[in-house]
This record gives sequence, structure tokens and C-alpha cells, in this order.
Amino acid sequence: MSIANYLYLSAILFTIGAIGVVVRRNAIVVFMCIELMLNAANLAFVTFARINGNLQGQVVAFFTMVVAACEVVVGLAIIVTIYRSRRSASVDDASLLKR
Amino acid sequence: MINLALSVGSTQTPESVLFYVLAPLSVLAALGMLIVKKAVHSALLLAWVMISLAIFYIAQDALFLGIVQIVVYTGAVMMLFLFILMLVGVDSADSLIENIKGQRAIAITAAIGISGLLLSLIGRATMINDTIGLAAANREGNVKGLAEQLFTKYVWAFEVVSALLITAALGAMVLAHSQRAKSKFVQRDLSIARFRKDSLAEAAGLPGSGVYALHNAVDVPALLPTGKPAPTSISAVLEARGDMIDSKGFEMKPEKEDE
Repeated sequence: MSIANYLYLSAILFTIGAIGVVVRRNAIVVFMCIELMLNAANLAFVTFARINGNLQGQVVAFFTMVVAACEVVVGLAIIVTIYRSRRSASVDDASLLKR
Repeated sequence: MINLALSVGSTQTPESVLFYVLAPLSVLAALGMLIVKKAVHSALLLAWVMISLAIFYIAQDALFLGIVQIVVYTGAVMMLFLFILMLVGVDSADSLIENIKGQRAIAITAAIGISGLLLSLIGRATMINDTIGLAAANREGNVKGLAEQLFTKYVWAFEVVSALLITAALGAMVLAHSQRAKSKFVQRDLSIARFRKDSLAEAAGLPGSGVYALHNAVDVPALLPTGKPAPTSISAVLEARGDMIDSKGFEMKPEKEDE
């Protein structure tokens, strides 16, 4: 098996996450799809680290994980705040600027 | 010109078996995430994808990242997701009606386009050399190698990321904090309210429930000196629920004066 297969898997998972962000309505599921995209990118980083024979790809993947954790914390706090005022976690209901 | 063969080396048989078993499963789980209606099921499927990615990391000589992936992602982050799901409501199923007409068709077409682009890009890319592997870089252990990189070359990024983490934690606390609209009703307010009532009959507290020789429980009203049950002596909830026992049966009968 070629090591490039990991890259193909990463591309497929990234695309699935991108579809989820556009198609799903529940803000929490949208967030999970963003996590899936970040994870797919991490897989590519780890694979490239192996191909190039140094650990820099792994260090970048590590930083991605930290940033993803921050993003989840703030994002979920925003979802809870919106839910508290609008009683809904659907991304379609937060459309106050439209009217 | 474009070199079609991507020559980045190949893996040993056990790793390819692992890949061919886990990769389709993780793709299926990721697709399932899009299809299932309930957010909790999506979260479980995502946890499965993350665990299989962690196995891939470990298989690719990234031991530390694989463990961190399990601890941080499937442990902390998915836990946080489930926690928020519990707050927001587990059974809030997604509505599957399209608000923008044709959005789903456009999204899937665009996704096929993106994946085609990415896959063909990977397929046509040329690496300058064969896979080196991490045997040399991990000579003194993966953790030590990573630590060397983190605390020398990337120490500035490491510090900035720590500032980011603290800022995110503070931001989440500020966002999640909500001010009370009214001040809390404390014991002092209760005491004032008791003495400002129309009558002072209950100022010393409500009467206790009935205590009889045969029955002593909170669901029996006490008897007033007039012989009537006192309605305030039992909890209003018990009365509304119909769990109140009639106190008539426990009333003391006047003894027959025949002895």
C-alpha cells in the first residue's frame, strides 16, 4: 500500500466535513463537522511528517489540536449564549440581521 | 510535465491491512454523521472517526499525537460536545427541510468537485524523494523528539498558543456568564415577607402536620381546636396530588364513661 493512501483518506474526510458544514442545520453538528475537517488536515500533517522524515509536521498537528480545543470552547459558549436567548440551536433561526 | 506516479514509498503488510480495515469504516462513520438525524448519534460517529484517526497516527510513528488525540479529542472535546448537547436538548432533531432551494444538490456537487480536485492533486503530485520515515527522528523516542522541536524551534508559537488557550477560557467564561435579572430571595426577604402579610397568624411559622397515636406522617393534616383539619399544615403539593390522608379517622373519640 502506498503511503499516499493516507492523504487520499484525509482528502475524503475533509470533503465530508465540508459537506456537513454546508448541509446540516444544528449548530452543534456543524461544529462537529468543522472538527472532522481539522482532524483530516492533521492526518495529512502526520503523513507528510513521515514522508519527509522530520517531526515538524507532528508539531504543526499538535498546534492544530490546541487551536481546535480553543475554538470548541469559544464556539460552544457562543452556541449556549444563542440558545439561551433564542431557545434554538439551529443556524437558520439566528437570522435577526436579515429582517 | 506532470508525473502521474506518486512514489512516496509503501508500507508493510500489517499496516496496509490496518488501513484497509479502518479507513472504509471511518469514511462510513463520517458519512453517517451527515445522514443521521440526532446530534448525539453524530457525536458518537465522530468519536469513532477520531479513534480510528488516533490509530492511524500511532501506526505512522506519531505515538504522542495518537495518545493526545484520544485523550484530548475523544475524551475532552467530545465530552464537551455531549455536555452542550445535554444543555441544549438531546432530542432536538434536525429539520430536514431545505430553506434555500437546491442547497443540498449544490453542496454535494461542489463537494464532489472539491474532492475530485484534491484527489487528483494528490495523485499527480511528485515528491522529490522516497519516504524517509521517522526512524531517525524518533531515535530517542517520539516524545523527546517532539519536545526538542517544541521548546527550541517552536517555543514562540508554543507561548502564543498558551496565551490563546487562556484567552479562550476567559472568553468562554464571559460568554457563559449571565447576570441575574432579580436579586436572589434570601432568608431576610422571607422574614420580611412573613411579617408584612395581612394577618400575623402565620408569622411564627406554619403549623406542623398531624401527629396521632396511630398515624404520624406529613400527609395527614393537623386538627384545629374546632375539629377541622388545618389546610396549611401539609404541603400544597401533596394536596394537589391527592396524596392527603383524611385526618377524621385519627380523631380522638370521647371515651364511654361506663367504667
